[in-house]
Amino acid sequence: MVHWSAEEKQLITSVWAKVSVEECGAEALARLLIVYPWTQRFFSDFGNLSSPTAIMGNPRVRAHGKKVLTSFGEAIKNLDNLKGTYSRLSELHCDKLHVDPENFRLLGDILVIVLASHLGRAFTPVCQCAWQKLVGVVAHALAHKYH
Amino acid sequence: MVLSAADKTNVKGVFAKIGGQADDYGADALERMFVTYPQTKTYFPHFDLGKGSAQVKGHGKKVAAALVEAVNHIDDLAGALSKLSDLHAQKLRVDPVNFKLLGQCFLVVVATRNPGLLTPEVHASLDKFLCAVGTVLTAKYR
Repeated sequence: MVHWSAEEKQLITSVWAKVSVEECGAEALARLLIVYPWTQRFFSDFGNLSSPTAIMGNPRVRAHGKKVLTSFGEAIKNLDNLKGTYSRLSELHCDKLHVDPENFRLLGDILVIVLASHLGRAFTPVCQCAWQKLVGVVAHALAHKYH
Repeated sequence: MVLSAADKTNVKGVFAKIGGQADDYGADALERMFVTYPQTKTYFPHFDLGKGSAQVKGHGKKVAAALVEAVNHIDDLAGALSKLSDLHAQKLRVDPVNFKLLGQCFLVVVATRNPGLLTPEVHASLDKFLCAVGTVLTAKYR
């Protein structure tokens, strides 16, 4: 089980309090599809993904980004049981969605960059550290049920 | 992975905007890397890695200068970075995974200091450029 210090928990929750889940989720997913275009392979039915502008404005991308980041919110409420929290989603991503777990790491890195751009200097090195740990642990939990 | 004309324009634009602050960006990126990925400190046992370290600042300046040099010769990264590539292969032998970690930290620094600069298109180009630099620096490893 992952150990979270009081400081790490505080850094995570204080950043989360400043985040618009809808905005950051949409932006993170859109940037994933733009910066790593091969990730579009999972979203062939999302409509127009033909350019960065199209992707940023795509309502299905925005909606799905919001869904993904909302799930992060659940993780933050359950830092001491991430494997349990993500058990069902892990099975779903393996058995139904067939998503390579590497994609969770890519999205995690992008999310950190989106948070950095929204918080500016307030996203200190220790903030980044706590959040890179969180996205890494979430990615691991999402991959845990793969077989 | 090839840098398009648009990628090159985007990357040049970033470094033109960063200008003389490149040294600070380099130092900030290194500091973040050491804090976020402690295993990277194993390559600097001879450094004082405490906050505000003059050695980290100095090394950040070196890293930034290499990136600026790469940008100024963006059509021939292999040529521009050839000596550094030799150095990393023969002497430093930094494991290739670590270039991605420093790249991530550099992107975070740009995002914290100049969020307006890091549009999705520029983000993509800069990420590609940093990957390409890492690839060149590890190209002669074996």
